[in-house]
Amino acid sequence: MEPINIESTPKTPSIKFIQEESVIEIKGRSIPENSIEFYKPLVDWLEEYARDPLKKTVVNIQLEYFNTSSSKCILDVFKKLEAIHKSKHDVAINWYYEEDDEDMLEAGEDYESIIRIPFKMIEIVD
Amino acid sequence: MSFNLKEYYSNLSKGDVILAYKGSITSELINDILEAVEKKLEEADADSKLRKKIYNVLVESLQNLFHHIEMAHEGIQEELDPKFGILVIIKDGEFYKVTTGNFVNAKRIKFLKEKIDKINTLSKDELKDMYKFILNHQKLSAKGGGGLGLVDIARKSGNKLEYDFYQYNDDYYFFNLTISV
Repeated sequence: MEPINIESTPKTPSIKFIQEESVIEIKGRSIPENSIEFYKPLVDWLEEYARDPLKKTVVNIQLEYFNTSSSKCILDVFKKLEAIHKSKHDVAINWYYEEDDEDMLEAGEDYESIIRIPFKMIEIVD
Repeated sequence: MSFNLKEYYSNLSKGDVILAYKGSITSELINDILEAVEKKLEEADADSKLRKKIYNVLVESLQNLFHHIEMAHEGIQEELDPKFGILVIIKDGEFYKVTTGNFVNAKRIKFLKEKIDKINTLSKDELKDMYKFILNHQKLSAKGGGGLGLVDIARKSGNKLEYDFYQYNDDYYFFNLTISV
């Protein structure tokens, strides 16, 4: 299938699928007013991907900011990944946060407590 | 005496003002404000943790306005732009104070007041639980709001939400919300 590739904007993150590394990467800011519209292509892509996923999928999330409207869409993305994980395919989420950004760490922990996929919290140190 | 918008705005914009705006709250305006404030905070050399908190609170406050303000205000004798709202950011001692203001239909006041009062009674852990519950159980509304904005603002700021409703006429109140970060 076509790998997803969305460029970042000041209000939305970049989204990439790097097939040779089995990595999905979401990076930047996610603060659009209409997050459903922004995340729909990713949610649709994951639905398609879930039909025949790689043996292992690594998801790197590196967000500087996200708004509460995005937070629900990100949960939808995680739920799609959870379904892949349940179908006996490896899924791992790396949640990156900047040094000392306790709010972002906590946000990752919120998701970790809701979603049954292994999370790794990774602090980015300058 | 009924609410005087001019007086209210000029009282609000006193002291060390970082930014003061009144008018239409559009998506483009939100971009401009965020960009301007980010630059100012960098120049002011605010600590990066604090800067992020302010930025987050600002995004939620502006988007709350964006999603909830009314297009037009019938019976309000002011020259108002469509989607009229106010945003003022001041530095007050150690705190940055973000204030938003908008006209609210009298019918919505009870809901808003109860929601804010409830949030203000909650501890840090209770706010976290409430946030997670809403995140996991409530659908996004058609407007794009998810009912999480105020909870998130309270969590990130670590302070109580200060609010007032000033009566304008029988149908409208002016809703003032101040967040200290």
